[in-house]
Order: sequence, then structure tokens, then C-alpha cells
Amino acid sequence: MESLTKRKKVVEQGAMNFWERMYLPAIVQGMGITFSHLFKKKVTIAFPEVKRDFAQNYRGLHQLKRDEEGRERCTACGLCALSCPAEAITMTAAERKKGEEHLYREEKYAAVYEIDMLRCIFCGFCEEACPKEAIYLDSGEFVVANYERPNFIYGKDKLLQPYEKRGTTNGARL
Amino acid sequence: MDTAFIIEKLVLISIVFGISLLTAMYSTLFERKIAGFFQDRLGPNRAGPFGILQPLADGVKLFMKEEIVPTNANKFLFVIGPSMAMLTACMSSALIPWGQNLEIFGRTVSLQATDVNIGILYIFGVVSLGVYGIMIGGWASNNKFALLGAIRAASQNISYEIAMGLSIIALLMVTGTLSVGEIAAQQHGMSWNIFYQPLGFLIFLVCAFAECNRTPFDLPECEAELVGGFHTEFSSMKLGFYLFSEYINMFVSSAVMATLYFGGYNFPGMDALAEMGTSQNVITLIGVAAMFAKTFFFIFFFMWVRWTIPRFRYDQLMKLGWNILIPLAIANIVVTGIVIVLKG
Repeated sequence: MESLTKRKKVVEQGAMNFWERMYLPAIVQGMGITFSHLFKKKVTIAFPEVKRDFAQNYRGLHQLKRDEEGRERCTACGLCALSCPAEAITMTAAERKKGEEHLYREEKYAAVYEIDMLRCIFCGFCEEACPKEAIYLDSGEFVVANYERPNFIYGKDKLLQPYEKRGTTNGARL
Repeated sequence: MDTAFIIEKLVLISIVFGISLLTAMYSTLFERKIAGFFQDRLGPNRAGPFGILQPLADGVKLFMKEEIVPTNANKFLFVIGPSMAMLTACMSSALIPWGQNLEIFGRTVSLQATDVNIGILYIFGVVSLGVYGIMIGGWASNNKFALLGAIRAASQNISYEIAMGLSIIALLMVTGTLSVGEIAAQQHGMSWNIFYQPLGFLIFLVCAFAECNRTPFDLPECEAELVGGFHTEFSSMKLGFYLFSEYINMFVSSAVMATLYFGGYNFPGMDALAEMGTSQNVITLIGVAAMFAKTFFFIFFFMWVRWTIPRFRYDQLMKLGWNILIPLAIANIVVTGIVIVLKG
């Protein structure tokens, strides 16, 4: 059968000649190859000091987004929890009081918003389900290791986008 | 025999002992670093700058490990095994001439701990005792894999010792002496034995790899087949002793190879330096540095080969030893003898 790439190389498996049976030339050749590797660029990334760049669409740790004025976008509608195949998301809704308009964008907000990182499979369905563009898996962080199971339940303290004053940076992405 | 002599020898022996332990210690780090570099990795670099504290960390870890003696093991022999391996590994370094004589406080100090006139024979005797450490340890573990590893080690060492001894005989015919110090001194002025005995050196080199149980001949500890080989049941510092003795053996056989075939402490330009009026002590120290450079090159070579050549199959190992190396070594002796007679 003709090969598709024409790069196929048929290996000859005949009897070895004396030169090949001596074995030493092959060893010298091999040692040359290994020696050349001493000077090659090392592929190791020294992790804590150097971090590998994420791909643009890499799904890392979730982030609860704020709007242009720094208000939380989430309205605790529960669509993300509903869409979550791993049932990792839970939340408690609360009503916005007077004087909290600068904190929450809509009249309803999530008082408690928790994701169990041991359940989460980072599929990104929650960000697709969200009608308010409030949750994205684009924080560029990992879920770091921990010794205790309760510590893997991430609340709003870890998930909420850090609040930045308007004008300093592009506070809320999007 | 005066006190100064005893003190001199004591100091020298302690220094040699300390250096061989230190070298073995840092060989473990060097091996892992080299392994990393050969595989485009960085190697251990977390303990101290460039990982220089790694051997200490490894040592502490080994000491802290639980010491387990299997229930049905022979307790006495189980302890003797690693001790024997360590003892024989340390013994042979006494014969290596590290340099010429030093003049200190009006005394002539030889940098060879002792120049026995049957030095090579002594080294061979001690090296071949080394296999007892492995055999005793493997047998005392009461574990079939350890026993298999020990049997492999024994048969391998016996097979390769013959070829090694035969390759040395050709060298002895050239040098005409068994004293290691004299052999080193004879190679003065670039008349290194490697130029007279290239084939003998090659055979010696291959056999040294087999004697040290290094890759490609590390079948006694072949992980794929024998769990850990002869040291399967050993833990804590007993295991540490086995691993450590391997590195000391490597250091000593590197030094022996440098002495017997690569001129020992002799370096090119030695006479020119003497004519320029450099003091003998300086020349001696440069010679010591040259000796260590050669030794470290061979240690590097051991590791280089380890990360290049895959392990032999056991029948290939035996075939290489008995069918190829021994006939070659005998042919080498015959050719050497004919050449010596012809040159008169």
C-alpha cells in the first residue's frame, strides 16, 4: 500500500556487518548525541518563580465579575448552579437594601456564592449559562493544593473580582 | 618508625578518606545534575544554590528513615553486608598515588599513603572482596529477588574479573612492576600507558563498569526485573551504605584508571615548569590537581555512559565477558609479548 506521506522509511533488518557488530561505533555515536544535549536549552519551567503563560481560552479559577462601576454583576438567578454538571455551585440570594446601590448592580444579589473546587470540572458551562456575564473562568489562576476538604469550597472572598477604582485600570474586564 | 611518620601517614589517610567520602557524596548530586542536563532538564536545584545542599538533605533523610530488618532475615549478616560493601570500597584508595613528594618542614612527604610493591594485586584483592558485601546482603535478606540480584552480582563480578586481570597482565608486561607508585612515575613525560595499551585500557574500562555495577552492567539492581535487586530489603542508612559504596567504588576505579593508563599525576609541560625554576612543591600540587581532574573526568564518563547506553540483557552480558573480552585480552597479551620481544 502506498503511504500517504511518503515519509515512511523501511528499516533493514538484515544481518549486521562486522562494523555494526563491534558495537563501539554505535556507542560513540550515541554518546555524541547525549553530550550535545548538555548544551541544549532546558525545557524545565522553574514553577513557583516562573509561570507558564495560559492560553487565551484557558479555563482556570472562576471569577465573579464586577461592572464598570465596580458593582457585582451576579443576581443570584441560579442558572449557573442549574447548568453545572458537577453540581459544584451553591448560592443564597438576598435583596439589595437602600444605600447598597453602589455595591450590587441589580435588586437581587448573591449573599453567599460557593463553588466546591473538588467537584468542579472546569467545563465552563456556568459562564455560558450566565445571563448577566457575571462569572468567567478567566482569572488566570490555578486552584492550589490544600490539606483540608473544607478549604476547597471557595466563597465570594476568593471568587470575587478585586475591586479597583474607576480609571486606574480597566477594572471590570468586558 | 618515628612519631612524625605516624602522624604524617595518619593525616594523609584521613585526608584521602575524607576526600573519597566527599567526592562520593557530591557524585550523587553530580549524577542527578548530569542526568538532568542529558535529558534537557535542570536537575535538583532547590536545596541551596544549584542544589549543593542536596547530598546533606539526602543523608539526613536516609538517617531518619525507619530501620527495617525483615523477620526471617539473618540479623548478623544483614548488618555485615552493607558494612562490608562500605569497608572494601574505602580500603583501596590507600594505594593511589595522588602526587609526587611534598617538602613540608624539611620532611619529604609522599602523597601516596603506602606504596606496597604488590599494589595492583592488593587493589584487585580488595575490589573482588567488594562483591561479598553484595552477596552477603542479598542472601541475608531472605528474599528471592535480593538473592537473584546477589547471584547476578557474584557471577558478573567473577566473569569480568578474569578479563580485567588479563588486561592488567598486558600492562604489567609493559611496565614491569606491580607497584602503583612506580607505574605512575614511569609515565613521566607523556609516555602514558594508554598509548601502549589502548586495547587493554578498553577492556579494563568495560570491566570496571561491570565491577562497579554501573549501567550498562547494573543487572544486580535491575529494577525492571528484580524490584531493587540485592538491596530490595534494605532501608535507612544500610541502603545508604550500599548506594554510597557504589559511588566510592566509582571514585576509586576512576582514580585507578587515571593512574594506570592516563599518567596519574603527570601532566604535559611538567619538565618545562621544572626548568623554569618552579619549586617542586608547586609542581606537585599542580600534579595533584591534574590527578583529580583525570579522576573527575572518569567519574563524569561513568555517568555519561550511564545516561547513554541501555542495560544489557543477562545473556549478552555473559557473552560479552566470556566470548569477547577474555579472548581479546589474551590476544592483547600475546601481541604485547611479541612486540616486547621484537623490540628487544
